[in-house]
Amino acid sequence: MRDARADIRRPLGARLWLSGGWLTLLVLGALLAPLLAPHDPLAQDLFAGRLPPFWQDGAQRGYPLGTDSLGRDVLSRMLYGARLALVVALVAGTLTCLIGATLGLIAGYYRGWADIIISRIVDIWMAFPPVLFAILLIAVLGTGLTSIIIAIVVIDWTRFARVVRAEAMTQSAMDYVASAQVSGRGHFSTMLTEILPNVLPTILALLTLEMGIAVIVEAILSFVNLSISTDSPTWGGMIAEGRTSVHQAWWVLVFPLIALFLTVLSFSQLGEGLKDRFDPVLR
Amino acid sequence: MNLLRVIFLRLATTFLTLFGVAVIVFFVIRVVPGNPIAMMLPPGATEADVARLQAQYGFDKSIPEQFFIWLGGVLQGDFGTSISTRQPVSELVLGRLPATLELSVVALLMACLIGGTLALTGTRMRGTRTEGAIDVSTGVALSVPDFLWGLVLILLFGVLWPVFHISGRISPSLDIDFTTNFYMFEALLRLRFDVLADLVGHMFMPALALAIPLAAIIGQLLKQSLKETMHLDYVALARTKGYSERHVITREALPNAILPTLTLVGVQFTFLIGGTVIIERLFSYEGLGNMAIDAVINRDLPLIQGIVLLFALLFTVVNLVVDMLYVVLNPRLRHA
Repeated sequence: MRDARADIRRPLGARLWLSGGWLTLLVLGALLAPLLAPHDPLAQDLFAGRLPPFWQDGAQRGYPLGTDSLGRDVLSRMLYGARLALVVALVAGTLTCLIGATLGLIAGYYRGWADIIISRIVDIWMAFPPVLFAILLIAVLGTGLTSIIIAIVVIDWTRFARVVRAEAMTQSAMDYVASAQVSGRGHFSTMLTEILPNVLPTILALLTLEMGIAVIVEAILSFVNLSISTDSPTWGGMIAEGRTSVHQAWWVLVFPLIALFLTVLSFSQLGEGLKDRFDPVLR
Repeated sequence: MNLLRVIFLRLATTFLTLFGVAVIVFFVIRVVPGNPIAMMLPPGATEADVARLQAQYGFDKSIPEQFFIWLGGVLQGDFGTSISTRQPVSELVLGRLPATLELSVVALLMACLIGGTLALTGTRMRGTRTEGAIDVSTGVALSVPDFLWGLVLILLFGVLWPVFHISGRISPSLDIDFTTNFYMFEALLRLRFDVLADLVGHMFMPALALAIPLAAIIGQLLKQSLKETMHLDYVALARTKGYSERHVITREALPNAILPTLTLVGVQFTFLIGGTVIIERLFSYEGLGNMAIDAVINRDLPLIQGIVLLFALLFTVVNLVVDMLYVVLNPRLRHA
C-alpha cells in the first residue's frame, strides 16, 4: 500500500513543479511586459516585415523571435498577449466557478424543484455546440474583453454545476450530513459548513481546468476574429495571422502556439495534481 | 411496463430540451445588432424596399409571433429561407450535414482505434517504460483541446512535412459528379479509390485533431478497467489454463472491461461533434460548422436557427442511442 502511494506521489510532484513554473514565468512576463518587451506590441515597421527568429539568416538584432507581416515584434506581442490571456483566465474562470458551483451545490443539496429546473437548463445548455454558442453570444454582445468573459461564464457554468451537483448529492447521503441536520443545524449552514468543504477539492481542480479552457476560448474567438479588437495583441489573433502566412513565416504561428499549448497544459496538470493532492482517499 | 415509462419520460425530456434550444436561439439572435435585411440590399435602397423585404421574411411581426410562425414551419420541415443565399435553410443545412457526419464518424473511428491500441499495449506492457510513456502521452493529449492539436498538425503535416492537404474537403480539380453529399461513402461504393485517397488526404488532419483528445480518454479509461479486470479470478483461471497473455487480454478481460468506456465514448462523441465547428473553420472544411460561423458573421438569422437546432437534434439523438445501447449491452439491465 505504501509503495502504491509513493508511486502516485512521484510523478505528481514533477507535474506540479513544471506547470507551476511555467505559469509563474507567464505571470512575471505579463506583469513585467512593459520592461521586458523590446518593442511596442502595436508598432509596425514595414521595412522589418517577416523577419525570422534570431538563429536564422536574415534575423535582426532587437527582434529575437522575428516579426509578423506588418513588422510587429512577435516577442513583444506575446508578452502583452499573456496579460490578456491571464486576465481572461482569472476573471472568467473565477466567475464561472462561483456561479456554476453555487447552482450545483443548491441542486445537489436541496434536490426537488431547484434540482429539476437547474438540471433541465443544464440539459439544454449541453445540446448547444459550445464554440457556436460562444460565437453567437459575441455577435450579440459585441467584441471586447467584457463580452468574452460574459460569454465564457454563460457557456461554461454547466461544467461546474454538473460535477458539483453530483458530488453534493453523494455527500448529502452520508451519515455526517444527517447528524448535522439532526443536531438542529439549518440547511444553509449544513450546506456551507459540511458539504462545501468536502466538495472544495473538486471545485478547485475544476477551477484550474476552467482557466485553461478560458484561455482557449479567447484564442478561438480571436481566431474567428471576434475577440477583443483586431489590433490588440492576443495569442489567438497572432495564431490566426500565423495560420494564413504559415508557409512564409512559420514563427508567427509557432511561438504563440507553444505559449498557448504550455499554458493550457499547465493549468490542467495543476488541476489534476491538486485534485490528487487533496483527494482524501489518496491522502 | 416500467421500461415503456422510462422511454416515454426520456423522449419527453428530449423534446423539452430541443424546445428549450429553439426558444433560446430564436430570442438570442434577435438581439444581435445589425439589420440583416438592410445588409442584403444594395446601397441606395429605399425605406420602402427594406419594409417590403422585411415583410417577406416576416420580420415586421412581433417576436413571439415570429417564433410561432417559425416553429409551425419547423414542425412541417420548413426551416425558412436563408437571408444571405435566398435558398431554403433545410436544403443548405442538409447539403452540408453529410460532410460533418463523415468527419465526425471518421474521427470517432480513429479515436477508438488509437485509444484501444494504447490501452491494450499499455496492459500488455504493464510496469514497463512503454506503459509509463503511454500514461504520460495520454495525459498530455487529454489536456490539450482539438483546436490546438489541429494547429500542431498543420505545422507537422502541412508545413514541415507536407503530405496532407491543409484546407478543403476535396481537390477542385477532381472531376466527379456525386449523387449524394456523402463523398467518402460514395467513393467507397463506386470503388473510386483515387477520389477516396484525395478525400482521406483532406480529412486526415481535421479528423485526427478531433480524435486525439478522445483517443486519450479512451486509452486511459479502458486501460484502467482492463487493469481492474485482470485481477479477477476468472482471468487468473484462464491464465492457468495456458492461454497466451494476448488471448487473456483481448478475449477474456476486454469484453468485461469495455462497458464503462463505451458509455463514455457516447457522451464524448457529442463533444467531438461540437468540436467540428472550429476544426472545420481551421481546415476550411465545407461542413455545417463552417457554414454556421459564416451565418453568424452574415447575420443570417434563419440559417443560424436551422444549424443550431440540427446540432441539438444530433446531440440528443446520439445520447438517446447511447442510453439504449447501454441497456442492450449491460446484462444486468437487459434482464431487469
